[in-house]
Amino acid sequence: MLPASDVVALSRLQFGMTALYHFLFVPLTLGLSNILGIMETVYFITNRPIWRTMTQYWGLLFGINVAMGVATGITLEFQFGTNWAYYSHFVGDVFGAPLALEGLMAFFLEATFIGIFFFGWDRISKMAHLLVTYLLALGASFSALWILIANAWMQHPVGAQFNFHTMRMELTDFYSVIFNEVAQAKFVHTISAGYVTGSVFVLSISAYFMLKGRNMAFAKRSMTVAAAFGLASALCVVVLGDESGYLTGLNQKMKIAAIEGMWETEPAPAPLTVIGMPDRNEHTTKYAVKIPYLLGLIATRSISEPVYGIIDLVDEARHRIISGMQAYSALTTLQLDPNDQHAEGILNANQENIGYGFLLKKYSDDVLSVTPAQIEKAAWDTVPDVFTLFWTFRIMVALGFYFIALFGVAFYLAFRRRVSRNRWFLWVAFLSLPLPWVAAELGWVVAEYGRQPWVVDGLLPTFMGASMLSASNLWISIGGFVLFYTLLAIVEVYLMVKYIRISPEGLFSPDDFSIQATKKELSQNG
Amino acid sequence: MLSIEILRLIWWALIGVLLMGFAVTDGFDFGVATLLPFVTRDEVERRIVLGSIGPFWEGNQVWIILGAGALFAAWPFVYAVAFSGYYFLILLLLLTMGISRPVSFKYRNKLSNWIWRRVWDWVVFICGGICPALIFGILMGSVLTGAPFHFDNALRLFYDGNFFDFFNPFALWCGLTSLALLVMHGGLYLAMKTSRPIRERAIRSAKRAALCFIFLFAGGGLWVAQGLKGYQILSGVDPAGFSNPLNKIVITQMGAWLNNYAHYPILLAVPSLGFLGALGVLCLASFGNSKLAFVSSALSIIGVIATVGVSMFPFILPSSTHLSSSLLIWDASSSRLTLLTMLFAVIIFLPLILFYTSWVYYALRGKVSRDMIEDSNHHSPY
Repeated sequence: MLPASDVVALSRLQFGMTALYHFLFVPLTLGLSNILGIMETVYFITNRPIWRTMTQYWGLLFGINVAMGVATGITLEFQFGTNWAYYSHFVGDVFGAPLALEGLMAFFLEATFIGIFFFGWDRISKMAHLLVTYLLALGASFSALWILIANAWMQHPVGAQFNFHTMRMELTDFYSVIFNEVAQAKFVHTISAGYVTGSVFVLSISAYFMLKGRNMAFAKRSMTVAAAFGLASALCVVVLGDESGYLTGLNQKMKIAAIEGMWETEPAPAPLTVIGMPDRNEHTTKYAVKIPYLLGLIATRSISEPVYGIIDLVDEARHRIISGMQAYSALTTLQLDPNDQHAEGILNANQENIGYGFLLKKYSDDVLSVTPAQIEKAAWDTVPDVFTLFWTFRIMVALGFYFIALFGVAFYLAFRRRVSRNRWFLWVAFLSLPLPWVAAELGWVVAEYGRQPWVVDGLLPTFMGASMLSASNLWISIGGFVLFYTLLAIVEVYLMVKYIRISPEGLFSPDDFSIQATKKELSQNG
Repeated sequence: MLSIEILRLIWWALIGVLLMGFAVTDGFDFGVATLLPFVTRDEVERRIVLGSIGPFWEGNQVWIILGAGALFAAWPFVYAVAFSGYYFLILLLLLTMGISRPVSFKYRNKLSNWIWRRVWDWVVFICGGICPALIFGILMGSVLTGAPFHFDNALRLFYDGNFFDFFNPFALWCGLTSLALLVMHGGLYLAMKTSRPIRERAIRSAKRAALCFIFLFAGGGLWVAQGLKGYQILSGVDPAGFSNPLNKIVITQMGAWLNNYAHYPILLAVPSLGFLGALGVLCLASFGNSKLAFVSSALSIIGVIATVGVSMFPFILPSSTHLSSSLLIWDASSSRLTLLTMLFAVIIFLPLILFYTSWVYYALRGKVSRDMIEDSNHHSPY
């Protein structure tokens, strides 16, 4: 028996909703914590009070954001257990470890030092405070590292094996889980996207101050930091996004075919479809504008390797389903008699396809009695939503290139000391504020929605992972989250806007904006 | 080399240590938040009380987040059953402690509007104090009574009861015990971090809470002895076997949770620690030594959590509807490699965590005073 399909849909809705909501606060935390480190370093070296004021003011906005990040993050860690109990059982032996390591290495660091970051300005030495700020940023980055190692395992499960005695995946090689190549690419891509978010935030709010003609010395310096840090990060995002694309091409062929709306396998090197209208019913992408050879180069880094199209990959899935049925049949025998050597042999021979056998559970509780038409349907189930992936991916990439241009111009203008006179640029910078969030959320959609129908690629279909709850349980919890998250979103945005409007000049005294090192500052060193 | 039995024992103890770390540190945050309306008379006093835990609660909370992560990694069965089986209890915990509490601490002082601050004070009291303190006790009680679940052959988990089964008298009794215990602890923390008149009020509350706790804990003990079915294993357990909970035979028996004490009377030292800690609080607080009283209260908490663990050993989470689905130390863990790898990680990182956490407490030592609040400008966190 499996959870009812509406329960699965609601569990997915709840997870997707709470994860996307959490991911509104994460990138800014990642980016701003490092920007705070840069600003405080300048203060530490130059002793100029304005840099301390910058750290404190951006720190204040950081604090408003981080409270929401913390509040929404704990939901996710608990939700694997509450709503995905079978998933938790099935992968806990492997997937739980990076989550526990995230607690040990990241959360403690971040949460312990955030208190003293705010409360410790007058209680500890300058050097100690600077160290605190960097440890805080390090904690945030470690957190991203471990959760992405966990996520990468769902995308590309390595270093583990199915154990029929315990009916779950068990760890065989921890090293390969940590150094999963997908995790490396995802980590650098995600944290540099976070740095871009932090930089756009500082850039556009500084632009707002300049447009209002307030806090000029403050805003100019903030913008310079944001432009330099943002430009480096935006370049990183695109370069490492390309690395991600290459690895996806190696490991999740179906995802890349869906992203590219590529139905047929094209002769190598495959062309890249820039835009078009993927049509699932006719298995074709209409109005496609193609650049020859490009996709083949990105996805395989060769001119002779083919990039497989969806139709060929569905064909492969059909073969794997048939092998998966044998594995499943052997498994049911072993559940009754764990000592059946013959069944164990069959299971081992077909083990890598067992997840494909599970795919049939959607159509029949007895996997072995399915019809060829049901196998055909299950094979097509392995194709994610092509239209959504095709477009979300393209918008995300376009935004990635836009950020490079934005920071390039900002960097040039800041370097020539002409930013504050370019009102058109200030407006563009200010209006760009929501864009990194759009890109980040779309990136999540590409990675996670593109993983469907699997919760663990090739091993466990999403519909099997859910807890056996009832739909009314789910409605109550979804209602609770929607209510609380909406109220808090209103409060959060209200406070942000309020403190941006008050602006640094309204919060600090004129001495705090001094661009000269004062005697008082120098005497505090040591 | 460490065998799987030894590793299972170590990880059973480690989860206990994480729970104790959580209850001893974040426990006083819950206690302080519960006392907030009762020990303060004006805005400055409220800010003093909130300022006493303001820099620390976030680090303290990580003990339970790590606890959940460690449960996932080391005891995936327990994580899956407990979190989905106590669905509404966990949801309530998330909405209060998880979601509302962080925001209330961080946003309260951000505006000087009177209504804004009073509303957040209520959120602190309900979501950061009374609710989590009760919920953790109710969870402990529900674990002792067992949860209604079973597994099928594929080890898929099913729930047989309704989702409000945790709302039974014994679990509620445990909830009140936990509340009294943590209010005592929070009162003594306030006594260390504040001065007259808050300190006097806090000590008085802590002593009252200590008396309540002694009564409730003793009552809970009697209940377990006379009115609660405990669980016992008849056969079919291999401590080194595969983690598959379906191969054993379990029975229930009135008072069986006390069997371990009958076999090993020395274990009675564990619940005694719970009582002695609270008695110590009554004596030491009367002499005005709030630091030692706080230590004594921490020992009481450790005693209470260890009592639950020792009474239930080797059960972790019994099933009330399908006895052989009960989860034991011997059949609900991760594989040996995972337990071993994670043990290395804990050995490396736990001392480091204790080191820097102590440094932060040391750097921000001393009482929160009226001057600190009145001198603070409006971007100060106090």
